[in-house]
Amino acid sequence: MRGLLALLTATTCLATATVASATTIYPLDRATILSGSPFDMKVEFDGVVAEGDVTVTINGKPAKDVLGGEIAFIEKEADADASAIRFKGVTIAKAGSYEIVAKAGDETKTVTWDVYGTAETPKAKNVIFLVGDGLSVAHRTAARIMSHGMTEGKANGRLAMDDLDRMAFIGTSSTEAIATDSANTMSAYMTGHKTAVNAIGVYADRTKDSMDDPKVETMAEALRRQTNKAIGIVTTSELQDATPAAVASHTRKRGDKAEINQMMFDVKPDVILGGGSAYFLPQATPGSKRKDDKDFVKMYQDAGYTLATNKEELEKATGTNTGKILGLFHTGNMDSTLDREFLKKGTVGKFPNQPGLEEMTKVAIDQLSKNQDGFFLMVEGANIDKMSHPLDWDRAVMDTIEFDKAIRVAMDFAKSNPDTMIVVTGDHTHGVSIIGTVDDEKEGTDMREKVGTYADAGFPNYTDENGDGYPDKIDVSRRLFLAANNGPDHYETFRPKLDGPFVPAIQNEQKQYIANEQYKDVPGAVLVQGNIPRDGDTGVHAVDDVVLQSNGPGSEGFKGYMEQSDVYRVLADAFALGTKQAK
Amino acid sequence: MDASSFIRISRRHALGLIGGVALMLPARQALAAPSSLTFDQMYGSVGVLGLTFSDKLNSLQDKPVSMQGFMAPPLKAEANFFVLTEIPMALCPFCSSDADWPDNIVVVYLKEAQTFEQANATIEVTGKLEVGSWTDPDTGFVSLVRIVDAAFETV
Repeated sequence: MRGLLALLTATTCLATATVASATTIYPLDRATILSGSPFDMKVEFDGVVAEGDVTVTINGKPAKDVLGGEIAFIEKEADADASAIRFKGVTIAKAGSYEIVAKAGDETKTVTWDVYGTAETPKAKNVIFLVGDGLSVAHRTAARIMSHGMTEGKANGRLAMDDLDRMAFIGTSSTEAIATDSANTMSAYMTGHKTAVNAIGVYADRTKDSMDDPKVETMAEALRRQTNKAIGIVTTSELQDATPAAVASHTRKRGDKAEINQMMFDVKPDVILGGGSAYFLPQATPGSKRKDDKDFVKMYQDAGYTLATNKEELEKATGTNTGKILGLFHTGNMDSTLDREFLKKGTVGKFPNQPGLEEMTKVAIDQLSKNQDGFFLMVEGANIDKMSHPLDWDRAVMDTIEFDKAIRVAMDFAKSNPDTMIVVTGDHTHGVSIIGTVDDEKEGTDMREKVGTYADAGFPNYTDENGDGYPDKIDVSRRLFLAANNGPDHYETFRPKLDGPFVPAIQNEQKQYIANEQYKDVPGAVLVQGNIPRDGDTGVHAVDDVVLQSNGPGSEGFKGYMEQSDVYRVLADAFALGTKQAK
Repeated sequence: MDASSFIRISRRHALGLIGGVALMLPARQALAAPSSLTFDQMYGSVGVLGLTFSDKLNSLQDKPVSMQGFMAPPLKAEANFFVLTEIPMALCPFCSSDADWPDNIVVVYLKEAQTFEQANATIEVTGKLEVGSWTDPDTGFVSLVRIVDAAFETV
């Protein structure tokens, strides 16, 4: 009898434990939340439960008393044969540890949130947050060697980023996997919450609707709520791409670019420079990627923005007294530095006067710094990632050099404005390393035998006679050899792609990516067998840590290993976003 | 119908197929000799604030044209249309949406089902040029330039 009773108890416990683990509470366990910042809370039960059976408590008190906001019980959610409760736009004003317990019949779930406050007064007036999309250690090393050269094992010069004082290793993993993308990573930086791959400014719930996921506050929204600071977004990608989008928008699906464009307009960053004009044009205009008649160019102009559509107009816009600049320089992603400034390939024929990241950063800082309350500027070197995906390492490294020039602009500003914090980081990494050189002077025609490793690598022979920081030419006879540790089937040509960005693989009718035969006949090309699933089009992001570097007031918060979401807390503290500063 | 059951009607094969000849010849005869059109000739001006169609493209509206390019893999195996691109497509068409397409694509509606051509191969498409925004009722795919009643062959 005692044995049977014990067994029953054990079984019951086991069953309860299994059921309990299925209930999900958003924000997730161990979430860190800025005090006073609005967010949505959602409890997803495992099955259909009766409203009367549900209790949600926070530190023992009914959640509705603690959180306020709108509460909705959904007996049967779309896409799930189960119930949920949504708490919309709630806030917790007081810092501390909060235990949330959701119960419905046998289902119980407990999570703990860390609600943090900030300093009462800001440490920094301005923050310039520079993101090299996909920036990995190999990109930095290659940029330093290609830009400055190396003699007897010592670099002949330093990158701007080499002289930042403080650093941290950043863990970039998403909420559902060790792997990661630009959406969830930038979202972690810009909200303080980790989320799922492809998600921005939300926790990823179980319903299919990409616009109904529980929201968290973005940096831009927090700045608007608490401060009068100006906000700037500068990128070489489409302005709706994940990285710029994460500064100011909310969606489960980063592909919702038309919606993202609307959400960015709702926040109205003061300076917006980049590509992606296709999402600003009404659908009737050829080149538009909208499915409605909204004319965002006109909407921004009506809201007082000065429009610039090329380098010259951007220069003129610098003198504007409207305080707001919209710069659109491409219908899609802007061209890589190598194409834009040197080879004139890619889409440079169609968009010949695109400004570079350095110029855009200068204009943005000039404009934003007119605001007496300070500013937050996000600068993205987007093509480091966009060229690393197709394994076009020369382009990725040239864009890293350009990104470093933008960092120099920011650091120069900080020199005369020491109340400025500079953060330089990647959002995630790529699977790439420099393993040596390729030397055309080596005997024979077999390119593989011309790869120099260990002592045979020697030093590359790039030159920079004109001192512009870029190598005078990319196709020197002894050049860096960067190799991907992953990718689809492709031909390795051991040479820079002078005719346009590399397209390593293309899709066949089975939706599998096969090596692009365009490169098959390049002398010495070898077929590299892919090692990722065959539906993968290009190289993938690495799970490796990102190196973050920083200067200026508040930068002492960066050290050791940090979760990507913890970076937001340092920014929030530097700006004292827990304190109302706006009039 | 899946992709593998598409009927192949390249010119060479069509000659060997009586049914194919019967289908193809009247269509070809009904049309004047097609004017050739290249991707570079599609737009008169390309700018951040929108593109304008070239005079040549406008003048060829509703007329027979031939264009060379690469076939992006069909959206759905049973779709009777595909996208013709200037360079082989590396990104996954329709993976998320039509968001990632280049500006200068031409949607091709086939007169008869044809076998998917490997994306590595240059093809020539012949058919009637249509200009103007149109949303495919089955897929929601929006196109501005289409070649309809089309057939293609490898070059």
